[in-house]
Amino acid sequence: MLKVEKRMETPTYLKVVIPIVSVLVAILFSSLILLITGENALAALNTIFAGSLINWQEVLVNGVSLMIIGIGIAIAFKMVIWNIGAAGQMMMGMIFAAGVALFLHVWIPPALLLPAMFIAAIIGGGLWALISGGAKAVWNVNEVITSLLLNYVALYILQFLVNGPWKGVKSMGFPQTDPFPEAARIPTIFPTGRLHYGLLIAIIVVIVFYFLLNKSRWGYEIRVIGEGRNVARYGGMSLAKNIFIAMFASGALAGLAGAIQVSALEGRLSPHMNTDIGYTAIIVVWLSRLHPLVIGIVSVFMGALLYAETSLPAAGIPTEIAKLMQGLILFFVIAGDFFSRYKVKMVKE
Amino acid sequence: MSGLGIFQDLFSAAVAVGTPILFTAIGEIIAEKSGVQNLGLEGMMYMGAITAFLSGLALTSSGLPSTTALIIVIILAAIVGALVASIHAFLCLSLRANQIVSGLALSILGTGLSYYIGKVFISDPTAIIKTRLTQFTFADAVQIPVVGEILRIFLNQDILVYLAYIMVILVWFYMYKTQKGLDLRAIGENPGAADAVGVNVKLSRYVYVMIGGAFAGIGGSALIISASSVGQWGQGMVAGRGWIAIALVIFARWNPKLVIWGAYLFGVAIALVSRAQVYGWFNNIYILNMVPYVATIVVLMVTFIFSKNKDIGEPEALGKPYDREER
Repeated sequence: MLKVEKRMETPTYLKVVIPIVSVLVAILFSSLILLITGENALAALNTIFAGSLINWQEVLVNGVSLMIIGIGIAIAFKMVIWNIGAAGQMMMGMIFAAGVALFLHVWIPPALLLPAMFIAAIIGGGLWALISGGAKAVWNVNEVITSLLLNYVALYILQFLVNGPWKGVKSMGFPQTDPFPEAARIPTIFPTGRLHYGLLIAIIVVIVFYFLLNKSRWGYEIRVIGEGRNVARYGGMSLAKNIFIAMFASGALAGLAGAIQVSALEGRLSPHMNTDIGYTAIIVVWLSRLHPLVIGIVSVFMGALLYAETSLPAAGIPTEIAKLMQGLILFFVIAGDFFSRYKVKMVKE
Repeated sequence: MSGLGIFQDLFSAAVAVGTPILFTAIGEIIAEKSGVQNLGLEGMMYMGAITAFLSGLALTSSGLPSTTALIIVIILAAIVGALVASIHAFLCLSLRANQIVSGLALSILGTGLSYYIGKVFISDPTAIIKTRLTQFTFADAVQIPVVGEILRIFLNQDILVYLAYIMVILVWFYMYKTQKGLDLRAIGENPGAADAVGVNVKLSRYVYVMIGGAFAGIGGSALIISASSVGQWGQGMVAGRGWIAIALVIFARWNPKLVIWGAYLFGVAIALVSRAQVYGWFNNIYILNMVPYVATIVVLMVTFIFSKNKDIGEPEALGKPYDREER
């Protein structure tokens, strides 16, 4: 007979092995789905993994967004505040950054334009997150639903802007703004390829928040609140204040990621920007067990899977398999968690 | 059109487009009353919709009488919804996973799988279910002015709308007037006590989560085969209705009798998107499209703000895993 026993502590090797095995099982399962539906599973895997190695710059481009958004989500999740509105917060960051780049650039010295865009995006994303964060802190309104539904609202605000008041005079009828001025563009690192200096920002964010979350008083309060609201209250910590700060920080980072993406990749605001990355980041965070440095690494892996969404159709494989694979990874990682929390033993009757 | 005519048109549309959300929300009430929150409604609706779409394409052209075919379609969507929900039940009840993350996974998984299955149909304009449910009326006998018009809002609809009325009453009756219903509420409020009097908590929760999934599957099928739908598959078609349904459950304080009015209220918000343009009230499609989501957020906040003593009627053990051995 099988008997399930709760572990007192998860051995370190299991913390590494279980997520890796979970991801492998998810990949295997996705291949099976491809095979059953008559697709070439080997070609798909080859496109995803070999293609990612060849186009490593694109993988890192995705990784930049995932890292920054992922750290933001991890801040909220650590406090057991479920911010699943990163996509919308990211869009707000894009909108605020674009506003500065398009309409305020004449008053800002070129050298300060990018910092000004980042600050605007941080404020935009942070305030957008505070709609659900504030309502959670003050009235205990369910933040899962508000943050998610705000994604739709942000999307329509974006569409409204690029189809209406912000539609560019040089956009030739397309729903997009005019291109940003040169000073509003983050330069690429290499002469060819799209990898840009946003990577440095992402790495700095990961390292800074690693120390903030693990070594600072603020990080300590977040952890205590995450472990139990009552303990935190007993320890004299303000729950409402911490929810405010965490949600603002969470949204601010998503906003920053949006600004970096719009500035480095598109150079203009359009509705075709990859904001689904805000959902993918949730998977990254859970797979990383909310650990900032691990988020940095896992972001690159998930960046490869995201890149596959664009490269699969060229290989004749439906791009939707990449999305499905993301869902399966999250599913198997959650299932795998069981084995790190519980021990399954054979017991003789 | 007369003022009354416009009123009737808007609210008939509201009842029709509120119905998928109503089904889904009733299902969630059942699951949550048993203590399990399922945030995977969006994914289950997608799976219900793609099931209805594929089976509808096959069955409505197979020579079966159209009503029979469509009833089979609804049943299939319910079965698939229940199967998808069983994944959530397995993760949360057997593997003791976090219900919020598991629900999210279900939403991502259901959306991804339905997109994958439906991929070949998105660019195929011929993939339309032409035979859909039709409206039929019970209100013709009432010839009293105004009253007749108002009755026709509710009684000139398709069979899914009528089924939803029946389900609201049935679920309410089951929950509040039967022993099984008492057990259902007990395992959501105090699973330990329910267990002590011999209720199988885990098995019951499995069943109720799957019933909840079946309702969401039917809700998804309504987006494809109802009289007000277009019978086509499209990515993004559920458009957050699963999440709106979760908000609706809170707004209705887990009460099946209240949820029906909430669903039609949100139906008005959705119906406004198209009707406001038709009647020339407001033309900006982007602003109009925001209305259902903004309305949901505002209503949700108001629900929390005006709930007395922080008690919004949530089942006591909602979201908390129950483990016999750890008591």
